[in-house]
Amino acid sequence: MFPPIPNPTTQATPPKFGDADLIRKSASNITPAAKRQTEVAKLIDVSKCIGCKACQVACLEWNNLVEDVGVNVGVYDNPHDLTPNTWTLMRYTEYDNPESGNLEWLIRKDGCMHCEDPGCLKACPAPGAIVQYSNGIVDFVKENCIGCGYCVKGCPFNIPRISKVDHKAYKCTLCSDRIAVGQGPACQKACPTQAIVFGTKDEMKKWADLRIKDLKERGFKNAGLYDPPGVNGTHVMYVLQHADKPQIYAGLPNNPTISPIVELWKGMTKYAGLAAIGAFAAFGFLHHVVSGPNRVSDEDERNAKRLTEGQSR
Amino acid sequence: MTNSWTDIGNTDLVWIMGGNAAEAHPCGFKWVTEAKHNRGAKLMVVDPRFNRSAAMADHYAPIRPGSDIAFLSGVVNYLLTNDKIHKEYVRHYTNAAFVVKDGYTFDEGLFSGYDAEKRSYDRSSWEYEIGPDGFAVRDMTLSHPRCVFQLMKKHFAPYTPEMVERVSGTPKDKFLKVAEWAASTANGERAMTIMYALGWTQHSHGAQNIRTAAMIQLLCGNVGIPGGGVNALRGHSNVQGITDVGTLTAAIPGYLALPTESEPTLESHLGKRGFKPLLPNQTSYWQNYRKFYVSFLKSYFGAKATPENEFGYQWLPKLDVAYDCLRMFDVMHQGKTTGLLCQGFNPLMSIAYANKTRAALSKLKFLVSMDPIETDTVRFWENHGEFNNVDPAKIQTEVFMLPVTSFVEEEGSFTNSSRCIQWKWKAADPYFESKPDIDILSDLFSRIRKMYEKEGGKGAEPLLAIDWSYKDPSHPTADELLKELNGKALVDLKDAEGKVVRAAGQQLASFGEMRDDGSTDGAMWIYTGVYGPSGNFAQRRDNADPSGLGVYGSWGFSWPANRRIQYNRASADPQGNPWSERKKYMFWNGQRWTGPDVPDYVPTIPPDRATGPFIMNAEGVSRLWVRGLMADGPFPVHMEPFESPLAQNPVFPKLRGNPVARVFKGDMEVFGNAKDFPIVATTYRLVEHFHFWTKNVHANAVVQPEFFVELSEELAKEKGIKLGQMVRVWSNRGEVKGKAVVTKRMTPLKVDGKTVHTVGLPLNFGFIGETKKASPINSLTPAVGDANAQTPEFKAFLVNIEPIDGPVA
Repeated sequence: MFPPIPNPTTQATPPKFGDADLIRKSASNITPAAKRQTEVAKLIDVSKCIGCKACQVACLEWNNLVEDVGVNVGVYDNPHDLTPNTWTLMRYTEYDNPESGNLEWLIRKDGCMHCEDPGCLKACPAPGAIVQYSNGIVDFVKENCIGCGYCVKGCPFNIPRISKVDHKAYKCTLCSDRIAVGQGPACQKACPTQAIVFGTKDEMKKWADLRIKDLKERGFKNAGLYDPPGVNGTHVMYVLQHADKPQIYAGLPNNPTISPIVELWKGMTKYAGLAAIGAFAAFGFLHHVVSGPNRVSDEDERNAKRLTEGQSR
Repeated sequence: MTNSWTDIGNTDLVWIMGGNAAEAHPCGFKWVTEAKHNRGAKLMVVDPRFNRSAAMADHYAPIRPGSDIAFLSGVVNYLLTNDKIHKEYVRHYTNAAFVVKDGYTFDEGLFSGYDAEKRSYDRSSWEYEIGPDGFAVRDMTLSHPRCVFQLMKKHFAPYTPEMVERVSGTPKDKFLKVAEWAASTANGERAMTIMYALGWTQHSHGAQNIRTAAMIQLLCGNVGIPGGGVNALRGHSNVQGITDVGTLTAAIPGYLALPTESEPTLESHLGKRGFKPLLPNQTSYWQNYRKFYVSFLKSYFGAKATPENEFGYQWLPKLDVAYDCLRMFDVMHQGKTTGLLCQGFNPLMSIAYANKTRAALSKLKFLVSMDPIETDTVRFWENHGEFNNVDPAKIQTEVFMLPVTSFVEEEGSFTNSSRCIQWKWKAADPYFESKPDIDILSDLFSRIRKMYEKEGGKGAEPLLAIDWSYKDPSHPTADELLKELNGKALVDLKDAEGKVVRAAGQQLASFGEMRDDGSTDGAMWIYTGVYGPSGNFAQRRDNADPSGLGVYGSWGFSWPANRRIQYNRASADPQGNPWSERKKYMFWNGQRWTGPDVPDYVPTIPPDRATGPFIMNAEGVSRLWVRGLMADGPFPVHMEPFESPLAQNPVFPKLRGNPVARVFKGDMEVFGNAKDFPIVATTYRLVEHFHFWTKNVHANAVVQPEFFVELSEELAKEKGIKLGQMVRVWSNRGEVKGKAVVTKRMTPLKVDGKTVHTVGLPLNFGFIGETKKASPINSLTPAVGDANAQTPEFKAFLVNIEPIDGPVA
């Protein structure tokens, strides 16, 4: 058993990291702190995951998210994709292993990988809407988000989702609020089989080595760690039975990299783009001054209320 | 469980069959992942579906629903024919050497004594040969032609790997791998644990499924040792407790028997239960039955229970027949029941043949539901379209809903599968006007008793005689009730020398202190010790584990006597030494039995007295052949489910289903046949939901929102069913509709020369709650129960399936 993270104190605890620990801030130049905090990571061991979705429910509960009750479309995945309210999702793949002749049910917990080199942050044109702490966590700062969706394009894992209610981007925060007070993420806390463990990135790699050894002894000769170099490694890693074929795990990218367009955008176009956005904002202000504010009908208010409560019960 | 959840971490091989621990017991399943990770343990899963447990397995073998006995008997036969048994264990710790008396026969599937008309066995020939000394005759060379071992070899010979494949549909190589892995533990060096649940119990031959598994464990020497055992995974947080405390139809608390009409006096009841030892020097612990029974009666009737009035025995009801659920609803269906009090019970969802249940409920004068949530049952009278298609105008049943507090809103205890009684404290205030069950029942009791006191009436005596001396009679506390279950001394208890060993009024420290003269009480002997003179042990939360074997002896209290592994004397050889260093647990240290657990034995009996390790049995050993203790035979036999896809039983053509299973009139007529209903169906839970409760919880509804039907790609192709399409599934009793989950995890099997398809039907959905509306799954299931336990056959029955119009996802 990986040593469990002790239960929290009931005393108020000052956060262990904050703005002083930022190493990256979207569309901003910052001077990173001289010393990085120890890098953290969440390790998801697919070979130990029973697909119970306790992590999904814990995520909803901890983050106060209300998802719609959907329908069944012939598979176990529910909801059917990540949404602004579903930040983590179990994806089920039935895999006929051609070598062993055995059926395998591969169950992967999808969500933000917290890349060391975050494509979303690099693509983001809104100053301070996406930040990265020196422990590796990539977080969205809702107040600064303009809902442009560039983060979605910038993400090599197709993770962020834009809310139709408040037009902001949402994704897993790696429970930065819990980590800040010495706790593990809610999904890790809820996992009954320790398929999700959390600690420093070094510890996680060592634990993964043990798991990979066990899997190799059971005949999974390509078992390995998913910590893709194309994004300089991630702070959410997987132990895979077939690390040579990540794509069989519901389309996990074999070799994720940040789109060259984003790299280009970051290098040059970003500031031109920002200027264009600034001009658009100025036009909006002018329009407001000339034409007055838009009127919101009662019907709109009711709809908005219903939507923000996130349900149609 | 013979062992405990935490003990699963000690195993070398986990065999999950007749259950799906990863799905239904995800938190307990962590001990399987622990054993795999820490000890390199292997996991094998045998199930009709490649399920969530199978996803974690090193080996998976498919099986046709309802053919478990054939499969398990195949393993028994493999162990015997390949001589892969733990010989010393089998010789000394089982009844393999016992000689069966002449006259016992087994022929073409039937044992001696069958009466076809009565559908029952005369079990008098199912007995041991008794020698002139009054003890059972044994042949320690195991060669006597009528000794259990030789009978067993003959009995299981038909179950060859080829026969297993023919009956169960399991490919021979996949079956053999299971048998070989199991055999690898038959040596005292390695251990195998078997984990099962309702996948074995919910059959017309459920009890025999489990027995066959127990035989395998005994042949391998895996009972009583760490990492071994036959482990029933209980499906509710406290269903072990509810069984212990006597909600079984024919039992009083602690698995003592409720009197029957044929036992008119206390002595006639106790006299049948002498349990005289069948070998010299045996403990035969049930000889203490009388002490437990009298202490129970003293708890129940207090000072009014005296030796003169048989301790109030006459106030107990005398059963004519057992009123299990199937019978209860059959009687109700006949219009003979006035009212039903449902306490935490949703029978419209959970009892077989929902149309009959609905009709039965409609004949009640009143229905009371005590539940924290609104159940489908209390809305049975309401029209919910096709999901509950009734005409409310035609139903006159008056329905009362009494909201009760949920488990987090009251203190009390839970008993888990490990038999561990754990206290829980109130964590939240109750909602609105909801009250604890105890308060509602006490209030009801007080009012009824008052009415009897004032007005008199039929059967008033027992109600007036009950001892109800709680501090506040309308609010007995959980603390008082646990104390009452434990029992106390009523007078100073003295030992043989006259020394007071337990002062009057003191709580008893163990059931060994109970007496049969009315000087002790205690409502449930097996719990005695949980609340002894040192306080409430259910509240203990010391997670120290000095042996490192997951014993946790100071955490809560495991009945009986805080024992974590039952029959643990068997973890040592007859001389009292551990079978091996790897399996070291309890052993004889020269003076006494010692080790990390409480010995399941008299601690001072030396090995040379040859007292058997199975002290609850009169034989002192475990039973491979169970004498007359089971209704359907002393050995298991492959019996087809009542609804079988096969024309005949491939092993015994003259036998079809369980020859002694009870079927009521009206239920027999609605069994379906394989011509109209060629597809096998089986029901199960989903991990995302807890029974019918969490369909009321939004987050659970989000992660599993709608009823579905699992079927193979081959069946989908044959029937023209697309992924996510609506399908109709119907049996001879009703129909359900749901989304098609077409999956590689379901495979057609070749059984007795024909292709048999199975569909899987999750049971968690209904017409009340946040999930999409669905018909109860028991609209389909047959009302026939196990011949011993009357547990309905939910796991193997016949249906048909077709695609229907509706949203295609």
